[in-house]
This record gives sequence, C-alpha cells and structure tokens, in this order.
Amino acid sequence: MAVTDFSRPDAGSPGAMPVHRKRSKIPGWLRGVIWAVIAIAVVSTASYSTGVSALTSSNTASTALRLALPILLCALGGLWAERAGVVNIGLEGMMILGTWGAAWGSYYGGAWVGLVAALVFGALGGLLHAVATVTFNVNHIVSGVAINLLGLGVTKYLANLIFEPLSGNPRQSPVVPKFDTYSASGLSDWLGDLEKEQRVGISDVAGILRGLVTEVAPLTMIAIILVPVSFWVLWRTRFGLRLRSCGENPVAAESLGVNVYRHKYIAMLISGALAGMGGASLVLLRGGADYLENQTNGRGYIGLAAMIFGNWRPGGLLGGAALFGYADGLQLAGGGEAVLALLYGAVILLAVIVVVQLFRKQWIAAGLGVVGAGVLYLIYWSNDTLPSDLIPYTAHFVTLIVLAVASQRLRPPKADGQPYRRGED
Amino acid sequence: MTSWRTKLLPPLLAIVFAVLLSAIALIISGADPLEAYGTMIGQMFKGSTAVDTANLATVYYLSGLAVAIGFQMNLFNIGVEGQYRFAAVVAAIAGGALQLPPVIHTLVILIVAVVAGAAYAAIPAILKVTRGVSEVIATIMLNSIVGGIIAFLINADQFGVQRGNNIGTREIASSGRIPGIPLGSGTLFGFVVIAALVGGAYWFMLNRTRFGFELKASGESTTAAAAGGVSAKKMTLIAMLLSGGVAGLVAMPELLGRDYTYGITSTQMYGFTGIAVALLGRNHPGGIALGALLWAFLDTSAVSLEQINVSKEIATIMQGIIVLSVVVAYEVVRRADLAAEQRRVGRALSGKSASVAGGGAV
Repeated sequence: MAVTDFSRPDAGSPGAMPVHRKRSKIPGWLRGVIWAVIAIAVVSTASYSTGVSALTSSNTASTALRLALPILLCALGGLWAERAGVVNIGLEGMMILGTWGAAWGSYYGGAWVGLVAALVFGALGGLLHAVATVTFNVNHIVSGVAINLLGLGVTKYLANLIFEPLSGNPRQSPVVPKFDTYSASGLSDWLGDLEKEQRVGISDVAGILRGLVTEVAPLTMIAIILVPVSFWVLWRTRFGLRLRSCGENPVAAESLGVNVYRHKYIAMLISGALAGMGGASLVLLRGGADYLENQTNGRGYIGLAAMIFGNWRPGGLLGGAALFGYADGLQLAGGGEAVLALLYGAVILLAVIVVVQLFRKQWIAAGLGVVGAGVLYLIYWSNDTLPSDLIPYTAHFVTLIVLAVASQRLRPPKADGQPYRRGED
Repeated sequence: MTSWRTKLLPPLLAIVFAVLLSAIALIISGADPLEAYGTMIGQMFKGSTAVDTANLATVYYLSGLAVAIGFQMNLFNIGVEGQYRFAAVVAAIAGGALQLPPVIHTLVILIVAVVAGAAYAAIPAILKVTRGVSEVIATIMLNSIVGGIIAFLINADQFGVQRGNNIGTREIASSGRIPGIPLGSGTLFGFVVIAALVGGAYWFMLNRTRFGFELKASGESTTAAAAGGVSAKKMTLIAMLLSGGVAGLVAMPELLGRDYTYGITSTQMYGFTGIAVALLGRNHPGGIALGALLWAFLDTSAVSLEQINVSKEIATIMQGIIVLSVVVAYEVVRRADLAAEQRRVGRALSGKSASVAGGGAV
C-alpha cells in the first residue's frame, strides 16, 4: 500500500489545498506559539489598562486549567469519533457515565481505579453509539441524543441504588479519594515572587505559568500528553491514516482493504473512553466536586464546539479548550468585573484583527470588526459589572461568538456523519 | 410491501424491547418487574392520573410538533428547549403587565409567545444561514444561556415578584387565562383544543400546500430542490422560525391553564422530550400524539413506583431505550422490506440476474 505518500500532510493546513500553499510554510507548532503569545499579550494589556489583576492571576490560570480539562478530553473524544466519520453528540452522556464510574471506582479502590472505571464506563457508551450508528446506520445525532438521555437515566438509577445508602443523598456520591497533586516547587515559588512584584507583562506571564505548574495532578498531565499522542497516532501511523480514511471516504478505504467497521468501532471505543476520562476529571481533581447530578452541565457539547473551533485538529482543539476553560475559570475566579475586563481584551483583539484585515484589503471584514469592537467597548464603558445571573454562562457566550466569527474556513472530515454500509455506495 | 407493517411494527418492537430490557434492570436491582409494571398501569386509574397524563401529553405534543417541523427540513432543532422557555418567560411577563378584555388578552399572550419563540430560534437560524454554524451546537449553547436569561428577567430588580420562597413573574389576570374542562377528579387543559388545531395545521401545511412540498423536498435533497428553484437557505430560515414559533406555545397550556406565572421552579426538559416524541411518531401528527401519550404515561405513572421501593429513574431508562430501539427497529424493518423486495424481483426475473439483484453490489 502506498501509505507513506499520504501520511505526511502539512501540519499547518490539513486540506493541503493549493490556495493555502503560501500560508502553510509556518509549521503548526509555531502557529500555536504565535497565537499563545498574542493571547497572553492581549490579556496582559487588558489586565494592565483595566487594573483587574484576576485576568492573569495564578488562581485564574489554575482554575482555568482544571475547567479546561473536561472540555479538552471531550474535544479529543470528538476528534477521534469524527475523524472516523461518526458524529458524536453523545459525548455528554458518555461523560456523565464517566463521572459516575469515577466516583464509584475511586470510592472502592482509590483514584486510579476510579480513572479506569471512568474509562470503561465511557467506552461502554461509545460502544453503544457504535452499535447504533455503524451497525444499524441510525442517524448519528439521534443516537447521540438517545445516549445522552440514557446516560443520565442510568447514572441517576445507579446513584440511587449505590450512592444513596452511602451518602444519604441520591444526587451525590460520598466523599471520594482524589488524585495527589505535584508542583514544580522551585519554579513555582520563583514565579510566585515575580507575580507579586506586579511588573507589567512579566508578572502576568509569571502568574499564568505559575497557575499551570503548581499543584498539577497526574490526570492533568496525562490529558495534556494525550493531545500530541492523538496527533501522532492519527497523522503519523498507518492505523491513523486508515482510521482517517474511514472518515474521508469509506468506500475508497474499503476498496483498499481497510476494515471500515472495525476502525469505526475502535474509534468510538477510544472516543467514549476519552469522554469518560473527561467525566473523571470533574470528579477526581482537587477543587472539583464529588459525583453530583448534572455536574457536567453541557461540557460535552462545549467540547464538541472546541473541536469544531479547532478545525478537527488536535492543536486547534487544544486552543479551543484553553479558550473556553479560560472563560469559565475567569468568571469563577474573578466574577463579573473580570468578565467585563475580558470584553476590553476582546476589543483589543478585534482592533488587531481589523488592522490585519485592512492590510489584506478585506474591507467588509474590517468594517464588521470595527462595529463589533465599538459595541463591545460601549458595553464596557457603560457598565461597572455585568448582571450576575448571566456571568456563569460566559463560556457559552464565548462559544457562540467564537463559532460565529471563526467557522468559515473549517474543513470537517468529508464523510462525517454519513451512513455507510459495506458493499453499498 | 405492506405499509402498516413498516409503520406500526417498529414502535411496537421498540416498546417490547424496552419493557424486556428494563425488566432485566429491575430484576438485577432486586425488584419484581411484573409488580412494578402492574403498579404503573394501576396508577392510571387512580385519582386524576389519567387527566394529568392527557395534560402532560398536550405539552409534549406541541414540543414534538416543533421538533418535527425542523426534521422535515433535515434540521435538528435541539433548541426547542431554550425557545419554549424563553417564550414562556417573555409571554408571562407580557401577560402579567397587560390589562385587556378576555379573549384579546389570551390572543396577545399567545402571539407574544410565538414571536418570542421564533425570535430565539432566529439566532441559530441566521448563524447557520450566514455563517455556516452548526445549528446543533448553537442551539445547545442557547439552551444553557436561557437559564441565565430567565434568572435575570425574573429577578426582583427586573420583572420578578417574590412569593414566599419562590420568585416568578407577575400573575396573569383571569382575562388572559384559558378555562379548563372539568373531567373526573381533574381538570383537562382547554389548550388541548388549540394543540389539536396546531397538529391539524401542521398536517395541512405539509401535505396540502406548496410550501410544505418545498420544505419536504429540500429536506430530502437540497440540490434537487435548488434545481427546482427552491432556495435551501430560505427554507432553513423559515423552517427554523416556524419550529421556534410552535416551540413558543409549549409552555402555554400550563401557563394559561394552571400556573398563571413563570418562575425558576417551572418545569424544564420539555424540549428534549419533544425530540423523542417526534422520533417515536415519525414526524406524523397522529404518531406524535401517540408518542406524547406514551411518554406522558411513563412520566406520570413512574411516581407510583416509589410506593414499592423502586427508583422511578427506571422510567427514564425505559425512555432512553425506546428512543434508541425505535430508530434501530425502523432501520431493521426497512432492511427486511428491502431484502424481501429484492427477493421478489429476483424471483420474477431469471436466475442469473436474481443473484445480482438479491445480493446488491458485490
């Protein structure tokens, strides 16, 4: 098989369309670094000019990291499923199964057993989705919605059966063991000193970095390592190429001897396990609750949005998860004032984008950017704080706005969500 | 091909399958399935359960219709949940603030509800048509956000009124209410009539108007419809707005027939139930009615399970299994019919061509 010819796409542009040839000279990792630098610059400028230090405090960064994890893992789960051509809107249900499995396993066998139980429970959800969509060709979204219903029902039932005698509350598990956390202690202290000095720029970077290296659980490290691992498996191995070919053109893959059903099943098992792990990250990290009814709160869907925002690529979805995790962590750690300061940051970002668009002579886009920045600045200027009832939904608003602004140049896998039966065209 | 078989067999199979599977779950958890099912059915004839079921089914029916309109255009409107809650709170605020003569007051509230539902559906519709944002993700986000909007609007600083521990909108005067029909020990919502009318209008629109034909056509194939001069974008927009408009009515039976106020504690999740009901009823107005009744029965009678120490979540599990198995069953029956058709064709033709027709592509 002529595998090697295809197995090295440009890291920057997956479509490898001729139009994008010029842009793809920047490698993917460098583009990620550039975006990170821009993001930190914008946030620290906003923090400096509004005087809201919560924007870059280490507290915000560590909260954001904790909240980004479930979203990141769900996004990875979505990536595996959709690269194999299965739309997985059931991530939410698999995640709920994962939260229950994590609490149950952890209560009886410690945090690591909890993690394994969460993986297994999530994978079971993935298996069910695979049976429905791959074997029986059920509409993927319908099956996903049913799994979300079923996941909720089964966990409620199981919680009633097993947790109520232990905790006295059917909606909650007893207190479960959590993962130990580790800090890069010398580095963390040094960064802490830098953060306290409140120097422009340096203190902001130090605050964010300190939040990321202090009290990190093994689960967090595993989750972050899974991003490059997923990239390597999906884009650098023969198995990954075959799996992606099932999502691009299953009939062609079949004609080359790829067992499409088997690859889709494997992808769904991995996808479900990752979503279950996302559930575990809600339960097994310090600072998070034990199993609680409705604790996932739509994070599976936000993970899916992060994946779409990331253009069905591991690096992109990492950025998406970081964005949504940051928005969520900020509102939790800083409240309405901090979210308002984030609006100021958005104005700065829009201004940068407008300049770039003017440079590229995209007049309409630049005009829309100016209008958007004006509206945002007006909101910032005329309010001291935002309505407290709406603050918890910051991540949702950010998702909507980001998708509306960014979803034009995306390229989903070609046969994503399409029914496929062996031998039928 | 016997059409009654393809239509009726799958839902029946699904229900039987769900009953069997939940029976296994019940046995594992140490309960007697027969006793549990007996209690659920027995509950139907106690007190006002039957009327409660019909009332709940009215709500589910409207929700199912709203979802079904989207399905016709191949649109997945998960946002019915957000649309009906947004419409309910806006209509409740408007209804509480207005002083109008009886029938006009009710009509104004209903119109406000429809417009508000459509307006909330317009956000994902416009995002989809102009920006290509998946309506699934957009509506899910809006479903969550609506919780914040409701909390904001019925805050005492805005339009809320504190009543004991509960905070809600101002109560709607009797001129805006819809009188109920006393039946046995309960009261049937007067809104049943309106829901039936909406169902009839839905059927008429789909099967007897040009617009309905175009809607179904572009749902089947946007390219074919475009060749026939139907703009898919326009159809998407209209279908979404119609769906949102009907969704706006979902909370009205309870608002105008029982609660007269909308608060934090008002029931949620009707929108998601609508998806299940629409799937069960295959988007047919009659089928949706049956699905709504089944769902309402499972919900109202599940409460009785607590008497025999069975967790009522078993009803939720049954509902999940029914949704999944009904779509699987439709597929299985469709394939069986297809295979039977191919065999029939094969027998009618000579032996050589039969093997190709019977086996499909090799």
